[in-house]
Amino acid sequence: MMIDFSILSILTFLPLLGVLFILLVRGNDELVALNSKRVALYTSLFNFALSLVLLVRFDPAQADFQFVEKHTWFSAFDIAYHMGVDGISLFFILLSTFLVPVCIIASWNSIKTRVREYMIAFLVLETFMIGTFCALDAVLFYIFFEGVLIPMFIIIGVWGGARRVYSAYKFFLYTLLGSVLMLVGLLVLMFQTGTSDIPTLMQNPVVGTLQMWLFVAFFASFAVKMPMWPVHTWLPDAHVEAPTAGSVILAGVLLKMGGYGFLRFSLPMFPLATEFFAPVIFWLSVIAIIYTSLVALRQSDMKKLIAYSSVAHMGFVTLGIFTATTQGIEGGIFQMISHGIISAALFLCVGVVYDRLHTREIARYGGLVKNMPKYATVFMILMLGSVGLPGTSGFVGEFLTLMGAFQVDTVVAVFATTGVVLGAAYMLMLYRRMFFGGKLPKDAEAMKDLNAREHLVLVPLVLMVLWLGIAPGFVMERVAPSVEKLIGQYEAGLMAGGKKNG
Amino acid sequence: MDNLNLFPILPELFLAIVAMILLVLGVFRGNDATRFISWASVGALTIAMLMLGAQDAGSSVSILNDMFLQDRFTLFVKFWVIVGLVMSIALSVQAIDQDKIAKFEFPVLMLFAGIGMLLMVSASDMLSLYMGLELQSLSLYVLAAIRRNHVASAESGLKYFVLGAISSGMLLFGISLVYGFTGTTNFALIGETLSSGLSLGAALGLVFILAGLAFKISAVPFHMWTPDVYEGAPTPVTAFFAIVPKLAALALLARVLFVTFEPFQEQWTQILWILSVATMVVSTFAALRQESIKRLLAYSSIGNMGYVLIGFVAGGEQGLAAVLVYMPIYMIMTAGVFGVVMCMRRDDLALENISDLAGMSKHHPVLAYVMAALMFSMSGIPPLAGFFGKLIIFQAAVASGQLVLAVIGVLVSVVAAYYYLRIIKTMFFEEGIGQFEGGMELSRKLIIGLSLLFVMLFIFNPSPLVEAARAAAHSLF
Repeated sequence: MMIDFSILSILTFLPLLGVLFILLVRGNDELVALNSKRVALYTSLFNFALSLVLLVRFDPAQADFQFVEKHTWFSAFDIAYHMGVDGISLFFILLSTFLVPVCIIASWNSIKTRVREYMIAFLVLETFMIGTFCALDAVLFYIFFEGVLIPMFIIIGVWGGARRVYSAYKFFLYTLLGSVLMLVGLLVLMFQTGTSDIPTLMQNPVVGTLQMWLFVAFFASFAVKMPMWPVHTWLPDAHVEAPTAGSVILAGVLLKMGGYGFLRFSLPMFPLATEFFAPVIFWLSVIAIIYTSLVALRQSDMKKLIAYSSVAHMGFVTLGIFTATTQGIEGGIFQMISHGIISAALFLCVGVVYDRLHTREIARYGGLVKNMPKYATVFMILMLGSVGLPGTSGFVGEFLTLMGAFQVDTVVAVFATTGVVLGAAYMLMLYRRMFFGGKLPKDAEAMKDLNAREHLVLVPLVLMVLWLGIAPGFVMERVAPSVEKLIGQYEAGLMAGGKKNG
Repeated sequence: MDNLNLFPILPELFLAIVAMILLVLGVFRGNDATRFISWASVGALTIAMLMLGAQDAGSSVSILNDMFLQDRFTLFVKFWVIVGLVMSIALSVQAIDQDKIAKFEFPVLMLFAGIGMLLMVSASDMLSLYMGLELQSLSLYVLAAIRRNHVASAESGLKYFVLGAISSGMLLFGISLVYGFTGTTNFALIGETLSSGLSLGAALGLVFILAGLAFKISAVPFHMWTPDVYEGAPTPVTAFFAIVPKLAALALLARVLFVTFEPFQEQWTQILWILSVATMVVSTFAALRQESIKRLLAYSSIGNMGYVLIGFVAGGEQGLAAVLVYMPIYMIMTAGVFGVVMCMRRDDLALENISDLAGMSKHHPVLAYVMAALMFSMSGIPPLAGFFGKLIIFQAAVASGQLVLAVIGVLVSVVAAYYYLRIIKTMFFEEGIGQFEGGMELSRKLIIGLSLLFVMLFIFNPSPLVEAARAAAHSLF
C-alpha cells in the first residue's frame, strides 16, 4: 500500500518536536510548568489523532507490513531505517498514543516539581515506545527498545516514592542485563544471516543448534521485560515507587514490549527452539499465574497487588503465545491490549485515592462506596475486567489463551485456569476491603468523589474495556491476518527443520 | 638517500617550531602570556590539521630511512589526536586559571606531548617509536607534577615518573631482545624476519613490548598508577591524560601487533584476551567503591581500554576499525565529562567527591542533564553515541568468533552501568548544599556543548566515522 506521507516516522518523532517546544518555553516557574503541560498534552493528543488516521487507513485484509518506510541509515553495516506496521504491532502503537495523553492529564495536578522535565521524559518515552513497535530493523528495534530505559529511570528516580532510588536501579539494571544478552544474540544473528532486516529474517530462520542459543539470548531480554516468573521481582518495586503515570505506562505499554518481542523475533526466527522450549515456558507461565496470584492475595499495598496481578496476566500472554495456535496467539495479543487498558486504569484509580490520602495501604480505606459512588462504579468495572468477566475485554483474552492452551497441553491449561479463580479472589477481596469493608476512617470519609479531570481520564478507559469486551471483532479482524501469516512462517520453519509434528 | 621529502612530517615540524617559539615567548613574557600561548597553540594545531588535510591520503609514504611512515591510518589517528589536543587545551584555559597553575609551560608542554604522540603514531621503527613515546611521556610527567607545591600533585608526578620509567625500561628491553634476535629495528623487516618462526628470544621481546605498551594504555595488571595519577594531578591535566595519550598508544600498539608481530597473531591474541577480560572486570568492580570522581573516571577509562582490547582480540581490519570508531567517541564523551567536572568548584577549591554532585539538577539543571546524557552514553545506552562504540566493538568480536569475550563484555557493561548511574543518582535524586562557583567561560561551554551534540546526534549519521575508520584500518593490512 502506497502512502503519500511517512506517517510512522511522524508518529514516532512528533513527540520530540514537542520536546523542542517545551525546551523553548520561557517565563517564571509557574508559567513554564503550565505551558510545558499544555505543549505535552497537545502534542500527544495530536499524535493520538494521527494514530487514528493510521488505524483508519490500515488495510485489515493485509497480512504484510503496511506504511513501510525504508531509507539508508547506517549504511556501513547495512542497517536501514526500516519502519512498518502489521496487525500485530498496530494496536500497540494505538495503546501507546492513547495512554500518553491520559498520563499527562493524570499528572496535571499531582506533579508539582520539575514539571518541564517530567513532560519531556514522557514525550521522549512516547517516541521510544512507538519506535519499538514500528521498527522493522533489528538494530533499530534494539535502539528504541533499550532507549526506553533512560526516561523511565528518570521518571521513577525523580518523581517516585520513598524507595525510588533502589527501584529505579533495579528496574534499569535488570532490564539492561536481559537486553545486553539480546544484543549479543542480535549480533550473532546478523553475522550468520548478513542482515538485520526483520522481514527478511522472518522468512529465513537460522538453522541448527544456533537457534537454541539465540532463542535463549532473546528470551533473556523479553522475559525480563514481560516480566516472567522468576525474573519478575523488579516489577512490584518499580510499580510501587513510580509515580502514577509511570506505573500506567510501565504496565500499559512497556511490559507489552516483551510479548511483542516474542511474536516478532522468537516465533518466526527461531521456530525449532520455540517448539523445544515451549513446555518450559508453559510451566513458567503457570507458575507465574498461580504463584503471583497467591502473592497478590497477601498484599496490603494496592499498587503491589495490581503489580503482581500484572505478572499473573502476563503469564496468560506467554502461555498463549507459545502455544503457537491461532487462538493462543490472538488471545495473547488481545490480552496484552486489554491488560494495557485495564491495568493502566487501575493504576490511575489508585492514583485517585493516593492523591487524596497519600497512602496506598488498603487497610486505610474501607467503605469508600458511601462517599465516592462514581469512583466505586468505575473501579468495579475495571475490577471485573481484570477478573475476566464476560462482557469485558479481560474475558476475551483469557478465554482465547486458555482455549489455545487446551489444544496443546491439557494439564497446563487446567492449572492455568485455576489462576482465573485466584484472580477473582484477590481482586474481589481488594474491592471488598476498599469499598465495603469496615468503618471508614475520618480522613478517608472526607474524600470527594471523582472530579472532572479524573472523569476525563477514566471514562474513556472504562468505555474501552467494555467496548473491547462486547465487540472484540474490531481488533480481531485486524490482528488475524498477521497472526495467520506468523503461524505460517512458524510452521514453515518447523517443516524446514524437519520437526513438524501433527 | 633520495628521501629528503619532508612533506609528510610537516605538521610535526611545524608544531615543534611553534612550540619552541611559544616557549621562548613564555620565558620573556612570563605567566601573563599563558592565555595567549594556549590560544596560539590551538591555532597552531588547527594549522597542523590543515597540513594533515593536504597530505595524500591514498598512498603510503615512508621517509627518513623508514623511520617515519604516513598512510591513511596515521592520518586518521593524527586527526583525532589533534582534535583531542585542541579539546584538552581549550578546556584547560579557564581551569588552570582557577587552579592557579596558569604557568606558560602548561600549554607548551601539552604541545610537546602532542608532538610526541604524533611521532608515535607515525613510527615505523623501534627507534622512532621510542623517541616519540619518551617525548610524550616526559612531558606528561612534568604536567602531572605541575602544581609542584602541592603534595598530591608532586606525588602523582613522581609515581607516574617512576612507574613510567619502569615501563619504558621494559619496552626497551623488549626492543633490544627483538633487535638481538632479528637484527633490525624496522617494523616491517622484523615482521618479515619473524614470519619464518618465532624464536624464544623474540617471543620474550614481544611479551616485554606488550607489557610496556599495556602500561601506557593502563591495561590491568599494569593499571595501578592510573587512579593515583588521575586523582593527584590537577583536573585539567587529568582531562588531558584521559582524552589523548591512550589513542596514540593504541595506534602504536596496532602497528606493532598487526604489522610487526602479525605472524604471531595467535600468540598475542591469547595475551590480549586475558588483558582485556582482566581490564574490564577489575576496573569495573574497583570503580563501584570509589568516592572521588576523578578516581571513578580513572577506572572508567581503564574499563574502556578493556573494551578497546576486545577489538584487538577480534583482530583483522574489522577489529581495528572498531577500535578506531570506539576511541573518538570515547574521547569526545570524556572531554564533555571533564568539562562538567571542572565546573565543580566552591570556595575557590575544586570539588572532587561524587557526593559533591548532589543536588546539581536543582542548581545547575542544564549541566546536570548534559552530564546525565554523557553518563548514559558512557554506559552504552542507545540512542546515544556510546552505544554505537560498544555495538561496533561487540560486532567485531562476534564476527571473529570471540563470543565468550563478547558475553563477558556485555555483562561487565551492565555492572559498569551501575557506577555511571550512581553519578546520575547523586545529581538528580539527592539534595545538595548549593550552587557551584566560578562560572564557565565560553571555551568550556563550547566543548561541553559540542560533546553533548555529538553524543545526541551521532545516531543520525553514524556511517562517515565508521567508513573513515575502515579505510584507515585497511591501510594497515
